[in-house]
Amino acid sequence: MSGIIDVVYAEYNYWIYVTLMMIGFYAMIAKKNLIKKIIGANIFQTAIFLFYISLADVTGGTAPILVGGHGGEHAEHVEHAAEVIYTNPVPHCLILTAIVVAVSTTAVALALIIRIYNEYGSIEEDVILAARRELQPEFSEHARQKGVAEVGEQ
Amino acid sequence: MTGFELIATHLPVLAVVVPLIAGFLTPIVGWIDRRLPWYWVMLAMFVVLLIAGSNLATVINSGTIHYKLGGWDPPFGIEYVIDLLNGFVCLIIAFIGLMVSIYSLESVKKEVPGKTTQFYSVFLLLITGLMGMTITGDIFNFYVFLEISSLTAYALIAMGDRGDGVVASFNYLIMGTVAASFILLGIGYLYAVTGTLNMADMQSILPSIYENRVVLAALAFFMVGFSIKVGLFPLHAWLPDAYTHAPSTASALIAGLMTKVGVYAMIRFMFGVFTPAFVIDVNMTEILTWAAALAIIVGSVLAIAQSDIKRMLAYSSISQIGYILLGVGLVNVIGMQGGLLHILNHSLMKCALFLVAGAIFYRTGIRNLYQFKGLGKKMPVTTTVFLVAALSMIGVPGTVGFTSKWYLALGSIEADQWIFVAVILVSSLLNIVYFWRIFDNIWFGHPHEIEQIKRDEAPLTMLIPMVILAILCVFFGFFSCYPIEYIFEPLAKALLGLGGAP
Repeated sequence: MSGIIDVVYAEYNYWIYVTLMMIGFYAMIAKKNLIKKIIGANIFQTAIFLFYISLADVTGGTAPILVGGHGGEHAEHVEHAAEVIYTNPVPHCLILTAIVVAVSTTAVALALIIRIYNEYGSIEEDVILAARRELQPEFSEHARQKGVAEVGEQ
Repeated sequence: MTGFELIATHLPVLAVVVPLIAGFLTPIVGWIDRRLPWYWVMLAMFVVLLIAGSNLATVINSGTIHYKLGGWDPPFGIEYVIDLLNGFVCLIIAFIGLMVSIYSLESVKKEVPGKTTQFYSVFLLLITGLMGMTITGDIFNFYVFLEISSLTAYALIAMGDRGDGVVASFNYLIMGTVAASFILLGIGYLYAVTGTLNMADMQSILPSIYENRVVLAALAFFMVGFSIKVGLFPLHAWLPDAYTHAPSTASALIAGLMTKVGVYAMIRFMFGVFTPAFVIDVNMTEILTWAAALAIIVGSVLAIAQSDIKRMLAYSSISQIGYILLGVGLVNVIGMQGGLLHILNHSLMKCALFLVAGAIFYRTGIRNLYQFKGLGKKMPVTTTVFLVAALSMIGVPGTVGFTSKWYLALGSIEADQWIFVAVILVSSLLNIVYFWRIFDNIWFGHPHEIEQIKRDEAPLTMLIPMVILAILCVFFGFFSCYPIEYIFEPLAKALLGLGGAP
């Protein structure tokens, strides 16, 4: 039993991200409420961001800012900078970009939800589906068969 | 002269920058005069076409172009790489974009009233996203452009049919977000094991760690993500609604380009990030061929069941994507050529068909194909374009569709997979079934007041791009030897690693 806990604890960052990702994925698929779907999408994306950020960590590493790099009088310290361990800054930059993308996606999704609400008066998926069936008779099964019947008449 | 040389060295990046800047300037242009954005978009697309053409010419004459963004050496900086594969995909994007932008004038005015400026702005940003996805040699940069193209596509689709368009767009957004997140995760996995984001650099590092299971997981994430993006059969749920309810112009653009760029990305990741040997070794190509064969049959069968012409064309797209992926999955030179050729062919044919559907909707307001009776007399040119493109879709000799199907069948035989030959034949027969219903209604259906039907052709701005696309469908049917000789054959060999410069 303790073996399993050790395995989980040793790489707990990955376990957290996978759990969060599955929660988000489930919400996106299973929730009927459109806002909850978007919340699910955000959890899903944030889980991936956590994965990237935890990748960047180096044991004992400091923030990736050049030690002693500021100001003229401390310039001699830069020579010793090679001895300092830094965390990897690249995933941080990538995730800054990805956060912007996720925010834009959320914004577009919320704008769409407002339009859906104005159109159908609800943000529940099954209510919208029922409303669409009533509103769109020309594409329904009945209309199609009527079309077929008209062809048959000739 | 120095000014020209300065531009010439930056041509690769200009293919992305021009539509981006033009897209953001469109609101200003539209603020000056509401009629101007159409001319503005045409101008921008024409410039992009010239740039893409010149890039492809450079690649054919003097080999792959490497462009360092901001002067940073790869793998530290972002690198734009143009080889034969993305050179020709860029040319298709620019060409289809120009055709659709010419067509858009009347259609957008009618279907997106009062929002033409916004429509054109988003239109150009979509082109930016697709261009960037195609041209970049850096996988994270690829992800960003993928999201740009997706977000703009959601916006374009939401401008379509009241209510339905928005719901279709929202469903696409959910599916698209899952796909993009999977791709982002795959990129993260590859970055974790290789420490680089440059595609070429990654390809040189990956072979030494292929036994690592993280690499396999990354490949799986990429393939699932791209399968959603291209609408491969079991993951196609977003596609029919999105294509049906978008404005006609946007449908033509999205159907003609987005899935094709997705397929390009799939090919690039399979053969340009991973190696052909690895992808074959883990049976990914075999899975792909069977999924593609299923998509071909199911897409065609579902298309027969539709009465809305745009929805029918959307299901037909699902089956056509199957053809391209079948050719790619066969991993022999002939099949690969067929698949790559079909990227070109399908863009031309499907774009023409969606433009025709839009023109018919513009004139008559009808999308139900059982009400098309007498259209052959009313809109003779439009329906003739439809005939040519549909025959090409079926694969009648003398049209482009025949050439690619011929190559695909030969490739299947060479791979000793006779069942795929049968699949291609059966699907062609199914294509005849669903297109014949429309031919039948257009030319042989007799409405009760046939004498009163007057010729009422679509406007000239709509006719010109449709006719050009139809002519190209026939032209490449007879002269497909030139693109095959100069582009597809060396390309197929290079992708499969059989010699020849990449």
